[in-house]
Amino acid sequence: METRQLLRSMVRIRCIEEEIADVYRDEQQMRTPVHLSIGQEAVAVGVCAALRTEDVVYSGHRCHAHYLAKGGGLGAMVAELYGRETGCAAGRGGSVHLVDEAAGFGASSAILGEMISVATGAAWAFARQEAPRVAVTFFGDGASEEGVFHESLNFAALHRLPVVYVCENNQYSLSSPLAARQPPGTSISGRARGYGIPAARVDGNDVAAVHAAAVTAVEHCRSGTGPYFLELDTYRWREHVGPGWDHECGARRPDEVLSWTKRCPIRRAADALRGADPDVDEWITAWEREFRAETHAAIAAAEAAPFPRVEDLLVGTYGDRGTHAG
Amino acid sequence: MRSLTYSQAISEATVQCMEADPAIVLAGQSVDDYKGVYGTTGEAFARFGSARVIDIPNGENAFAGIAIGAATIGLRPLLVHTRDDFMFLAMDALINLAAKWRYMYGGKRGVPVVSRGVVGRGWGQGATHSQSLQSLFGHFPGLHVATPASPADAKGLLVTALQGDTPVVLLENRGLYDLRGEVPSEPVAVPFGKGRVVRAGDDVTIVAASLMVHEAERAAGVLAARGISAEVVDVRSIRPLDDALICASVAKTGHLVVADTSWARYGFTAEVAAVVAENVPGALKAPVRRVTPPDCPAPVSWPLENAFNPGAETVVRACLEVLGVAGGAVPRIRNVMAGFAGPY
Ligand SMILES: Cc1ncc(C[n+]2csc(CCOP(=O)(O)OP(=O)(O)O)c2C)c(N)n1
Ligand SMILES: [Mg+2]
Repeated sequence: METRQLLRSMVRIRCIEEEIADVYRDEQQMRTPVHLSIGQEAVAVGVCAALRTEDVVYSGHRCHAHYLAKGGGLGAMVAELYGRETGCAAGRGGSVHLVDEAAGFGASSAILGEMISVATGAAWAFARQEAPRVAVTFFGDGASEEGVFHESLNFAALHRLPVVYVCENNQYSLSSPLAARQPPGTSISGRARGYGIPAARVDGNDVAAVHAAAVTAVEHCRSGTGPYFLELDTYRWREHVGPGWDHECGARRPDEVLSWTKRCPIRRAADALRGADPDVDEWITAWEREFRAETHAAIAAAEAAPFPRVEDLLVGTYGDRGTHAG
Repeated sequence: MRSLTYSQAISEATVQCMEADPAIVLAGQSVDDYKGVYGTTGEAFARFGSARVIDIPNGENAFAGIAIGAATIGLRPLLVHTRDDFMFLAMDALINLAAKWRYMYGGKRGVPVVSRGVVGRGWGQGATHSQSLQSLFGHFPGLHVATPASPADAKGLLVTALQGDTPVVLLENRGLYDLRGEVPSEPVAVPFGKGRVVRAGDDVTIVAASLMVHEAERAAGVLAARGISAEVVDVRSIRPLDDALICASVAKTGHLVVADTSWARYGFTAEVAAVVAENVPGALKAPVRRVTPPDCPAPVSWPLENAFNPGAETVVRACLEVLGVAGGAVPRIRNVMAGFAGPY
């Protein structure tokens, strides 16, 4: 895909998340904890641009960007944040339980590492069905510490399953830096190699590089050769959960945060394009207008949409089959 | 006596016990950061540093076992989980090893691993970040499970846990952290298995745990205005359970309402009802009523979340029902967590 398209997709996600951050803070009407990916857009966009609709993506708590990049519906996501019946999880799941099966976004969940195994299971099904489909799971550096990461990679390698593991390494788990949690001189992609899984470590703020690596990974999986691992280095700009900035409350050093905002993936993609396309900044301005309007419309629609009915509280706990109706 | 918040009381118990017993180590994800797990671990970190207050990687499954191993060699690990929901991953080691260690290896030693778990609630914490696990943990012989409702008990029950020889799960509802109350300055142990009568009454017994003790107290206040005298019993610990106190109260009032934030089926409320049915079957003048969340996962959407979470109003209704007092309007009662706002 052209860098211009990748850039446009990143700008869209950035605009949506910034709007959400402001409204979340100012209006207090989205009553579900949000984990924003601002600053990490190149990971979601670069990887998802390498996928087909029928490929399925799974994510964790920080899932908005993955959902949007895979084509998840914006209106349904915003409505979910507002707890409305029209939300992608009918207002039941909230920000961390996004889902859009039609777009190939399988699910996200808030318990670390869960979806690493679920994506592995989807890939197992694809392999058994001999379907040319690929499962992808995004997870953080922190989630890679859970046992389920290791158990899943072992199984996928053993059965040569078509799953791309995408570790979004933003160097933090809550306020704990990587150095407090993983031994020096090791890497998460190195661990994947230990299971015999081919792995690449790429600058996760360089969308073209991410995309190129993802194309290789997805082709590898689709050809039936087995799983593939991507470790993408990036940085979260905002606080772990919520709209604020960590360095304003003392959780991280301002100079550290600023050194990463200077490496903004959107700026970098724009700079890369500027030589060939001197008008790039004008496009961006026009896109921003377009996407902010799109987000405002989604917010207005969500606010106008009905809440779930309290009478329906229990609906959906079980399906209809298998119980004695008496 | 001084007044402390619930979180200060936990912090103080931790620091005093760590001072008294160098074998205690405090471990959990981000226990050393500026938030210090709702203000409960920061003081210990400031006092004892990273040698004894340890930020651990995300590996609940292994770490529960690591804590057990350390306990067999003489350490006393105090683990903190910022949501008790993450403890599902720790359950294999806690249930299959810690709870059984003493018995299964011939009674030679226990493994006194203490696990604190925070129950989230409100602001759309949702299906996997707001579950109350007291019923689940309460099921297994060999574990102690405590649910402190007051600052004094938050301190005293943690002191007991850190001095004992049994693995303990302490569940703390985050809605309680800012609650103030009188707390002894000394590390006074509050024993497990000894409930407390929070408010004495004659007409109906309300048995509750953790946050629901406060909802029950509010309910009792509303009932009092209608001339109904409710006795509120805080069990303090789920296992062991103070059967005698519960039965004595029901023998006096003849009516029982049990209130909890964990589900009714196979739950703490079922256990209390069974204890009464088995021990004082003749005392009940009306069927027992349980006040619990309805039988579905916790929803995020706030009208559903409000309907899902039991509160003082539901307790009042249940009391009126068991007393056979015809309806009448129940005033709207703001629940204990009503003012809680995000972003967490
Ligand atoms: C099993 C489990 N343990 C702990 C948590 C609490 N928790 C939520 S997000 C998080 C940090 C995860 O870091 P990482 O996986 O790197 O993702 P990031 O937030 O950096 O995107 C933690 C510890 C959890 N949700 N699940
Ligand atoms: Mg991270």
